[in-house]
Amino acid sequence: MAEISMKVNGRAVTAEVEDRTLLVHFLREHQGLTGTHVGCDTSQCGACVVHVDGKAVKSCTMLAAQASGAQVLTIEGLADGGELHPVQAAFREHHGLQCGFCTPGMIMAAVDMIRRHPGGLDEKTVRAELEGNLCRCTGYHNIVKAVLAAAEAMAGQKAKAA
Amino acid sequence: MYQTTYHRAASLEEAAKLLAQADDGKFLAGGQTLIPTMKQRLAAPSDLIDLRHIPELKGITINGSDMRIGAGTTHAEVAAHAGLAALCPAICRLAAHIGDPHVRHMGTIGGSIANNDPAADYPAAVLALGATVETSKRTIAADDFFTGLFGTALEEDEIVTAVSFSAPEKAGYAKFPNPASRYALVGVFVARRPEGVRVAVSGAGEDGAFRASALEDALARSFDPAALDGISLPSTGLMSDIHASAEYRAHLIAVMAKRAVKAAIG
Ligand SMILES: Cc1cc2nc3c(=O)[nH]c(=O)nc-3n(C[C@H](O)[C@H](O)[C@H](O)COP(=O)(O)OP(=O)(O)OC[C@H]3O[C@@H](n4cnc5c(N)ncnc54)[C@H](O)[C@@H]3O)c2cc1C
Ligand code: FES
Ligand code: FES
Repeated sequence: MAEISMKVNGRAVTAEVEDRTLLVHFLREHQGLTGTHVGCDTSQCGACVVHVDGKAVKSCTMLAAQASGAQVLTIEGLADGGELHPVQAAFREHHGLQCGFCTPGMIMAAVDMIRRHPGGLDEKTVRAELEGNLCRCTGYHNIVKAVLAAAEAMAGQKAKAA
Repeated sequence: MYQTTYHRAASLEEAAKLLAQADDGKFLAGGQTLIPTMKQRLAAPSDLIDLRHIPELKGITINGSDMRIGAGTTHAEVAAHAGLAALCPAICRLAAHIGDPHVRHMGTIGGSIANNDPAADYPAAVLALGATVETSKRTIAADDFFTGLFGTALEEDEIVTAVSFSAPEKAGYAKFPNPASRYALVGVFVARRPEGVRVAVSGAGEDGAFRASALEDALARSFDPAALDGISLPSTGLMSDIHASAEYRAHLIAVMAKRAVKAAIG
C-alpha cells in the first residue's frame, strides 16, 4: 500500500491506496470526484484530463502515487463558487457538448491550452491542440467555437484587470 | 493492472539500488508507455522506481553550439525551449508533434529512447544527429545505442541520464503520422554537417529506427529535395502491418525524406 497526500482542488487529502491505483480511480472512487471520466483503455481519449501542478495530464496514465505531493485540479474545482469558469460558460453558450461524456476532459484541456497560448488562439491551433481529446457526438465544431470564445473572453478579462 | 510496488528515487544511486533489490523492477519516467502497457497487462513489473524526482535527470543546457537534454526532460519542455530552437529547431518541432499535449507534459526523451518503440520519433533524431547517449555508467554513441525492436545497449540497471549533440548546419524532420495513434508510420530525420549527411528513418524498419545510406549518399552530393527525385528504396527489412505494407512504407520514406530536406533548408 502507498501512503499518499496531495492537494485536490485546494483541499489537502491523505490516503492509503494500492500502489497500482491510477490517479483517475483515486479521484473518482476515493475522493468521490466523478466529474473526471474514463473513456478508453488506451490513453487516447482524454476524458480523464486533469491538471497536475498546473499542467494537463491524462489521469488514467498516472499512478496516484506518482501524483503524491502535487496539486491536482479537476473539473469540480474550476468554477468559482456558483460562477462558472469562462471555459465552462463558453461550452454552455456555444453548445459545445451533446452527451457530455468528453466534456470535463475537453474543458480541462481547453483551460490548459488557453494558458499556454497567451498570444491568442486560432481555429487551426485549437483543432491541433485537441489531438488528445476525442468526442463521439459533436463533430468538434462547437467545441472549437467554445474554446475560441473562451480564449477571447479571458483575454478581455485580463485586459480589463490590467 | 497487476499489483506492483511504487518507489520514488531521489538520486541515481538510490534508483539503481532499488532496482537491484527488486524482483523484477522497472524504471518509471513519464509513464506514457509503461503505464498503458501495464494497464493492458503486457508488462507486470514487481516494482516501479520513479525517476521523475531525480535532479540529475532534469534540465537542458546549452554550451556554445553543444546541447545537452536531461533524460527527464518532457516532450513539452523540448518543444518550447528557446535555446534548442535557436540551434536545432527540428528537434523542437519533432517533440511538438509527439502524441498530444497531455502526453507531452509527462513523456520524456529518456523514456522514449530507452523504450525504442519502432514507431517512436526520437530514435530517428538521435541517430541522424549522431547524438551521444549519456547513462549512469558510460556514454554510448547513437549508432551503438539502438539494437533492434525495443532493444537498446542499456544494461538492466543502467539509467539514461542525458542526450547530447552539437548543432548541425541544417536539420529537418518529417513524419507521416498514423492517423489513429499519431506515432510515426514513417518519420525521417535529416542532418547535414561539414563531414556529411545523416538520414535516419523511424516507423518503418523491422528492427526499429535505421540509417538510410542510399539517401545519405544522394544528399551528400546535393542537399536538396530534388536530389531524391526518382530514388526508389527496397522494401526488404521494412514492416508490413494493418497500417501499411512494406512497399508503401518504402515509398513514404522517400517522400518524407524530401519533406525533411525541404524543412531543413526552408
Ligand atoms: C496517446 C499516446 C500517443 C503517443 N504518441 C507518440 C508519438 O507520436 N511519437 C512517439 O515517439 N511517442 C509517442 N508516445 C509515447 C511517448 O512519447 C512516451 O512518453 C515515451 O515513449 C516514453 O517516455 P516516458 O517518459 O513516458 O517513459 P516510461 O513510459 O516511463 O518508460 C518507458 C520505458 O523506458 C524505461 N525508462 C524510462 N526512463 C528511463 C531512463 N532514464 N533510463 C533507462 N530506462 C528508462 C522504462 O523502464 C520503460 O521500460 C505516445 C504515448 C501515448 C500514450
Ligand atoms: S480515459 Fe484517459 S485517455 Fe481515455
Ligand atoms: S459530447 Fe458526447 S462524447 Fe463529446
